[in-house]
Amino acid sequence: MTNTPLIHLDRVTRRFSTPDGGVVHAVRPTSLSVDRGDVFGIVGRSGAGKSTLLRLVNLLERPDEGRVFVAGEELTALGKRALRDARQRIGMIFQQFNLLQNASVFDNVAFPLRLHGRPAPAQVAARVAECLAVVGLADKARSYPGQLSGGQKQRVAIARALASRPDVLLCDEPTSALDAETTESLLLTLREVNLRLGVTIVIVTHELPVVTTLCRHVAVFEDGAIAEHLVLDEPLAPATRLGRELAALAGARATAHTLGVVAREAVHA
Amino acid sequence: MPENIVALLPELGVAVGQTALMLAIGLASAVVLGGPLGVWLFLLGPGQSLEHRGVHAVVGWIVNLVRSFPFIILLVALVPFTRALTGSSIGPVAAAVPLSFAAIPYFARLVEQNLRDVPRGVIEAAHAMGASDLQVVVRVLLVEARSGLVLALTVLAISFLSYSAVAGVVGGGGIGDLAIRYGYYRFQTDVMVLTVALLVVIVQLLQWGGNALARRLDKR
Repeated sequence: MTNTPLIHLDRVTRRFSTPDGGVVHAVRPTSLSVDRGDVFGIVGRSGAGKSTLLRLVNLLERPDEGRVFVAGEELTALGKRALRDARQRIGMIFQQFNLLQNASVFDNVAFPLRLHGRPAPAQVAARVAECLAVVGLADKARSYPGQLSGGQKQRVAIARALASRPDVLLCDEPTSALDAETTESLLLTLREVNLRLGVTIVIVTHELPVVTTLCRHVAVFEDGAIAEHLVLDEPLAPATRLGRELAALAGARATAHTLGVVAREAVHA
Repeated sequence: MPENIVALLPELGVAVGQTALMLAIGLASAVVLGGPLGVWLFLLGPGQSLEHRGVHAVVGWIVNLVRSFPFIILLVALVPFTRALTGSSIGPVAAAVPLSFAAIPYFARLVEQNLRDVPRGVIEAAHAMGASDLQVVVRVLLVEARSGLVLALTVLAISFLSYSAVAGVVGGGGIGDLAIRYGYYRFQTDVMVLTVALLVVIVQLLQWGGNALARRLDKR
């Protein structure tokens, strides 16, 4: 179990045809593995195809070629029904939150629980309360998304994604619609989710600070392909421009952290 | 009170009942048959879960075809069908047949347009959570579009209130029929004013009720 990756993309490709008859290679032949418990970042400029790559993991986009494995199961070989069951174990959050506007926060979080079978209402209520507590919104169950701030909406989305106890949480630009401060606290929540609940996280973003705050492994995605892999807590020798920017940011952060520690010790001394 | 109107009062009561009956049948078939047709049309559209260019084009074409008939032509053309279905070609129930026939594609188109306003991402999120196509329709599309659908039904009710006046041609009766027979053919201006005023009041009430319900349902 330990040496099989939780997510494995095996030479997947995805093409789109444009209205003028051209073809866009959103994902060129790409293989990628994500270990259980990891926080894996995919960075790239807008239009690089990184969101498409993420959407291949739960087959929101079907690959034109290649295979997709999650938790040892080949999703690309499953029928409709089996795929729906498999998707319960893959949570996802989006840039635009994608909550039901006409449903309360409670009903939004309960949504995935009520899709499969007929769970007892008390069971649903207990699970919803648990998930809302994880994201710090226990008091908002009766509110509607329209009454919440952007950061709160994204927290509801996280609670909803966690409700069915997924192995992995896919995050598609989760902080791009949020201001810096809200982003910071949302990232803390995601880290909690990873550390306390053991949920593997794959996050796609164009914001480098998000990656340096949260991730250990990073793939730089350029023009439909992975240009390089980086492990952020090891010495970096980046080859791409984005990689160098990332390394500089990670370095600066480490220095700031050390300085902070020194400063605090100085105060105590 | 003018004597024309006094003489007409019993018939007015019957006419209101006939209009209500025609509208009720027409709107019920629009919701029961036109609603699912509209959902289907939406799901066949580009980027949706049942996407099919050919079937979408054919269904869309049929919907447009029925909608392009002037109502009075439809009414007459359908007489054999109406007779087969209701055993008669006159009366409010018979008139409800062409009304329903016109209301179904009309409402289907309104439903399709309203569902298009549901953000793609919300539908996608439901699929990502493992929702089936049917669950997406019932728990996402209809929930998110519900206030628009109520307003669409209001529009339909008001259009068909005026369509039902034409049903007088086949002896359908109703308020509009009364306006034509007494107010217009017999030059009883007071009857004309009364019936039109009654229709104005009904339209206002329908719109007011529709708006109020839509506002209540809309949490966006």
